Amino acid sequence: MEKIIEGKIFVLGNNIDTDQIIPAEYLVFSLTDEKESAMYGKYCLSSVPLSQSGLPEGNIPFIKKDEIKSEFDIIIAGSNFGCGSSREHAPFALNKAGVKVVIAESFARIFYRNSIDGGFLIPIECKEKIYTKCITGSIAKVDLEKYHLNINDKIYELNPLGDVLPIIEAGGLFEYARKSNMI
Amino acid sequence: MTITEKILARSARKSKLSPGENVWLNVDILMTHDVCGPPTINIWKKEFGNKAKIWDKKKLVILPDHYIFTSNKEANRNVKFLQEFARQEELPFFYDITQQTYKGVCHVALAEEGFNIPGTVIFGTDSHTCTSGAFGLFSTGVGNTDAAFILGTGKIWERVPETIKIIYDGALPKYLTGKDLILWLLKDITTEGANYKALEFTGSAISQLSMDERMTLTNMAIETGAINGIIAVDDITKEYLKDKVKVEYEEFKSDPDSKYFKTIKYDITKMLPIVAKPHSPDNCEVAHRLKNIKITKAYIGSCTGGKLSDFVSAAKILYGNKIKVPLFAIPATTRIEKELESTFYKMKPIKEILIEAGCTIARPSCAACLGGPEDTTGRAIDGDVVISTTNRNFPGRMGSKKSEVYLASPYTAAASAINGFITDPRDFL
Ligand code: SF4
Repeated sequence: MEKIIEGKIFVLGNNIDTDQIIPAEYLVFSLTDEKESAMYGKYCLSSVPLSQSGLPEGNIPFIKKDEIKSEFDIIIAGSNFGCGSSREHAPFALNKAGVKVVIAESFARIFYRNSIDGGFLIPIECKEKIYTKCITGSIAKVDLEKYHLNINDKIYELNPLGDVLPIIEAGGLFEYARKSNMI
Repeated sequence: MTITEKILARSARKSKLSPGENVWLNVDILMTHDVCGPPTINIWKKEFGNKAKIWDKKKLVILPDHYIFTSNKEANRNVKFLQEFARQEELPFFYDITQQTYKGVCHVALAEEGFNIPGTVIFGTDSHTCTSGAFGLFSTGVGNTDAAFILGTGKIWERVPETIKIIYDGALPKYLTGKDLILWLLKDITTEGANYKALEFTGSAISQLSMDERMTLTNMAIETGAINGIIAVDDITKEYLKDKVKVEYEEFKSDPDSKYFKTIKYDITKMLPIVAKPHSPDNCEVAHRLKNIKITKAYIGSCTGGKLSDFVSAAKILYGNKIKVPLFAIPATTRIEKELESTFYKMKPIKEILIEAGCTIARPSCAACLGGPEDTTGRAIDGDVVISTTNRNFPGRMGSKKSEVYLASPYTAAASAINGFITDPRDFL
């Protein structure tokens, strides 16, 4: 696992549900076929209301037209990120779009687990409402040793990953279990 | 310790544990259905390779129920996949849709078939797996990777949640159901109010509720963001389980000195029939203030509102009346479908009352609760305005993205179908 992740941030608000992350109509695409699974990246976050897409200004598409990957690597959001259905396609889609880390005030449980156990991305909680303080497109640095987020030299504290860190380091639940001879 | 902590400790083979701790649980039942079953099995095959072996076939329950009575190709491919898998593996608890043993909506079928054993731990590939918690057990939903891991090992990690205690006190007024009780809670704590928390329901009102009504409460625990909903075993639970569960089971109760994240208390005699407006289950308003909302369709069904008690409630209102807008009645399971013929209100079978009022009764399944393929019974089309006893009303949930869904009790749904606009059921009771 990379301990330092640098990239462009995309800012969202509260209650980003699994339907906004990947609308149900696209769930027909295969998760294993390379060409079809790229569609999950293409339509990732496509149901976020435009005014809420890329805060504080809004109206910033997460994926540019005709692209399948996003220019943004880090998502910063409010509370209850990933609420709604149990679909694993949601963190899968973010992963396909190129997102490595989601920093939110809180996560819905099933999304949190799916992100970690499927090895799709790193979900990290933060103590303050960072999403109200930063601008989409800024460059940020996530330090997973100090649990710091640095945006334009302003440091925000992140909650340590705690017990789930070994699963994330291994790259997912199955890799973790193999490494620790559970399976 | 709370009841949830005690059950998790038993499953983790620990004498003590506390909220925030991650523990490895030994799973008692894994449940899956036609939508998530095939991808779960595919992950299991890929990850375990030739070593792939189901940890305990007696603990795997597969209940196709979502997209089943349809001409949709992808949906039928899923059902075939499961039939083939169950045949190869000789699974004892696969309830095929083409057989007499077909059950219907998974969460209700688990209860009817005696899989809800108090004190145990149930995981399912469906967010409403929390329904089973009405039986004094821990149950929750997981994604496909987690389910595939359980399928091969019988184990899964979980973070022990803090508990919010919900006390419902008072004699249940005849115009309220479990649905009203849970919508009032949602109004107050919102869809993120119990994120990653356990919801423990207790109080004098709970002891008056049937198991059907209790399941409505625990079913919608997930709508508050909770990991599980739970109600301790009492005489009503035991009576329900009497002819269904033959093994000895443990009854857990919260200690008087248990630590709670929060306690919320309701005097239910002050509650009125309530409705969740589009597009969120916490967007609630009392029914009598929504008279100006004209509806085009009513729907009584699903794991939340398609149980026998839901149809009995609806029948009390529909008796001797005619509906103005189509009302779709979809029993959750085949057992309930039969019980509609053998259960009476004022000497008339419930089924007859529904038909005489003009309802359309369809085969048991999830049907239009989550939209489903084009040919699904009761699906919301175009700008439909639906009053429904289901659990979610996000945009497009019941079909058309342009439709609007109001969530309510079966009393309120039936009364509204008679009038053609949202109606407080007290006008009929
Ligand atoms: S009835 Fe609705 S909520 Fe219940 S399991 Fe089926 S689709 Fe899900």
